[in-house]
Amino acid sequence: MAEQSVTMAPGTGGRRTEWLAPLARRAEGVVLPVAALIAGFALFALFLLMLGKSPVDFYELVYKAGFGTAFSWQNTLSRAAPLLFAALCVALPARLGLVVIGGEGAIVLGGTATGALGVCLAGTPGVVGLPLMALGGALTGALWIGAVGALRHYRGVNETIASLLMAYIGIALMNFLVEGPLRDPASLNKPSTAPLPRSLQVGDIPGMDVHWGLIVALVCCVLTWVLIERTSWGFAARIAGGNVRAAQVQGLPVGRLIVGFTALGGAFAGLAGFYEVAAVQGSANASLAAGYGYTGILIAFLARQNPLAIIPVAILLAGFEASSGLVQRRMDLPDATILVLKAVVFVVILVSDTLYGRFRLFSPERWRTR
Amino acid sequence: MTAALHAKTPAPGGALAVETVGMTMRFGGFTALDDVSIRIAPGTLHALLGENGAGKSTLVKCMMGFYHASSGQLMVAGREAPVADPRQAHALGLGMVYQHFTLVPSLTAAENLVISREDAPRVIDWRRETAALEEFMARMPFRVPLGQPVSALAAGEKQKLEILKQLYLGRRFLILDEPTSVLTPDEADEVLGHVKALCSAGEITVLMITHKFREVTAFADDVSVLRRGRLVGQGRVADLSHARMAAMMMGEATLPAPAARHGTPGEVVLAVEGAVAPDRSGLKEISVDDLKVRAGEIVGIAGISGNGQMEFMEMLTGQRALISGGMQVNGTPYHATRGEQRRLAIRTLPEEPLRNACAPRMSVAENIAFRSFDAKGAGGKGAPSSFWLNRRQMRKRGEALVAGFKVRTTSVDAPIAALSGGNVQRAVLARELSGDVDLLIISNPCFGLDFAAVSEIRTRIMAARNAGTAVLLMSEDLDEILELSDRVLVMSEGRIVYEVPAAEADIPTLGSHMGGHHMGGHA
Ligand SMILES: Nc1ncnc2c1ncn2[C@@H]1O[C@H](COP(=O)(O)OP(=O)(O)OP(=O)(O)O)[C@@H](O)[C@H]1O
Ligand SMILES: [Mg+2]
Repeated sequence: MAEQSVTMAPGTGGRRTEWLAPLARRAEGVVLPVAALIAGFALFALFLLMLGKSPVDFYELVYKAGFGTAFSWQNTLSRAAPLLFAALCVALPARLGLVVIGGEGAIVLGGTATGALGVCLAGTPGVVGLPLMALGGALTGALWIGAVGALRHYRGVNETIASLLMAYIGIALMNFLVEGPLRDPASLNKPSTAPLPRSLQVGDIPGMDVHWGLIVALVCCVLTWVLIERTSWGFAARIAGGNVRAAQVQGLPVGRLIVGFTALGGAFAGLAGFYEVAAVQGSANASLAAGYGYTGILIAFLARQNPLAIIPVAILLAGFEASSGLVQRRMDLPDATILVLKAVVFVVILVSDTLYGRFRLFSPERWRTR
Repeated sequence: MTAALHAKTPAPGGALAVETVGMTMRFGGFTALDDVSIRIAPGTLHALLGENGAGKSTLVKCMMGFYHASSGQLMVAGREAPVADPRQAHALGLGMVYQHFTLVPSLTAAENLVISREDAPRVIDWRRETAALEEFMARMPFRVPLGQPVSALAAGEKQKLEILKQLYLGRRFLILDEPTSVLTPDEADEVLGHVKALCSAGEITVLMITHKFREVTAFADDVSVLRRGRLVGQGRVADLSHARMAAMMMGEATLPAPAARHGTPGEVVLAVEGAVAPDRSGLKEISVDDLKVRAGEIVGIAGISGNGQMEFMEMLTGQRALISGGMQVNGTPYHATRGEQRRLAIRTLPEEPLRNACAPRMSVAENIAFRSFDAKGAGGKGAPSSFWLNRRQMRKRGEALVAGFKVRTTSVDAPIAALSGGNVQRAVLARELSGDVDLLIISNPCFGLDFAAVSEIRTRIMAARNAGTAVLLMSEDLDEILELSDRVLVMSEGRIVYEVPAAEADIPTLGSHMGGHHMGGHA
């Protein structure tokens, strides 16, 4: 080729804005979701105005009830734990280009398995029983969502539909088990498994009214980030997610990657179920299907499937959940109001996804040589 | 909406004069087109030449309204014609035929034509439309069968249909972006012959992007040459030699001398025995009875595309499960796993790298690291695997290979999809050809490359052979096969039907086997 055929390597330019180039693309990943979130709030404010309520009051109440006091923070944080796990169950498969939205199924089944194991292990000390229960919950979730990945890879079944339908099956299965074979005869109004003995319950973080699940969930987020950003497995998953054919030509074990990542996501969702039973409810029952799995989808999309970004987003959404009861009662709003807010935000987020790369401001070239 | 469009449509009939004035296109700080002014006289076939990344595709995308030029205008029939989007370009009578096909394979030719109309009625009166189509076809200098599904048409027929579609839509200025890259030389000659006749008849004006000088000399009237976004030469084809055009494209650069072949083939490296797999349609089988590639040997597989080369490549890369038979490398069974590929130093490059060998949204450096990201060091032969990713090293290696293979990109962090077609090919070649390679399986390696890059890549392949690499080369370009191979095989209808030492090969015999006229047929 031409001798003077110069490659445009970085550093060719003399502009002082050069150092901004690598920041530009990152900034896009923060600014766009935040803008979308604000746009979602604004749209929801219009909705409130239509109902004749004051948006200012609404957001102020949400703030107070979710983040205003130490008490509300604890309330928020204990809801954040399952949300963090549920969001990881979306973000991990997303690395492979899979949209898995059925984490709810893995949560309820993981919780049911925990409850059932608790019955079998009654009498064992916590150091033995709790890890076994956690393992049981995680494995159940891993099998459930791993099956979605396997169906996708080996049978070509759409993972989004499969996981969603399997979530309904999972909930039905949980209801069948806690109302039938696993039911504690003493649970009259609300069919449940037998209450866990004290020794098999997860305690609180010292000095807080928040269970240990929060710490574990935060650690899992960090470890997941390390896995997908800093290890060759995560990179291999990105290749497979970016182009399956290229991954196959490179000899990468695409099937194992898909099943492995979906199963790991499922294991996290199963852990959410474990903590709901072992730390919050004390037994497995229909309250497990509280919609954490679905909120997790919203969180993962808002966080652009980045496990570290999931942390603040999950805490924000947990604050909404924590405040919803109070806000709806105080302002005399229908029960589904927070759901409407979540839906509006979700739609705006999806729309904002089409805007990436549209703004010159965020193009690294914009800040390079001229 | 439609009424407004129609109002702007110039009176039908007659080739258009089109001119770009000071067309400039910047992507951020990078200038892909710099003040390009080209006048294309009505009724001429104008060739646009330029090395990879010169800005050819960018120029025509600006003309068609896919990109908004940073400055400069488009003039159509002597009047300024702003094109904000492709619909406006269409309304002006401008149309484009792409390198890849845009027809709907499951629909018939007739259906494809009718649905492509912007004013296609909601409810289509097929009897009337068919009559109108037949009347239209009767006026055309060449035709294609209207009633067959497009998937049943050969590549040449499809390309003819693409051009007919443009004429049917009333386009009077056609842009062809590497229109013959999917065709055999005979098909290319036929299609371009028809295009040229339409130009001479004053029906259309054509701007054609190509890398093939032969086509320029045989069919074009005028030529313009781009280099790094600038117009660096223009002239009448009759006045220009190939050497002159090449010099305009490359500036002062000189071509590397073609690599000499030395050394003789050694041990068998790749052996394919009785390998059978279903083809794409699932109705027929690809069956390779006995194929051996030795160290220090290039085995070329010639054939018209669609005769099983793609499937065979997938069999070799482990993407297509075998029904029976198997493959061996160095005498042991081979399944194309990553471990085997690294231990045995096997590299593969399928055709259409952006679709088959890249993750388009990942960066250039990341795509270049596909072979080495999970190994210590540069991921050479038998390198120990590494769990942790070394991002700094990945970037450094990316920069070194980008420089070494002269990949033109704004930065190694740019997504690989933003590179020009030829530069994607170079980036992937940089990945697959670096380090020790014992077996290289490669398909159409020079697809879409400019002539200088072609000669450089062929030199690298020959150098690998001389160093003892076993090379299996599949190509639709007979010249390439004959230049590089030690042995030539012909693949037709999913089978190897002919084999000859390259020194004894002659084009007519190869051609007739490629076309399926081999003696005795196959079982
Ligand atoms: N959307 C884009 N964003 C950034 N840079 C781009 C974009 N499109 C093209 N470029 C750059 O502009 C230059 C010209 O690209 P173009 O596709 O026009 O080349 P070309 O002449 O068609 O080359 P080839 O023969 O390889 O197809 C290239 O360096 C390419 O990287
Ligand atoms: Mg191009």
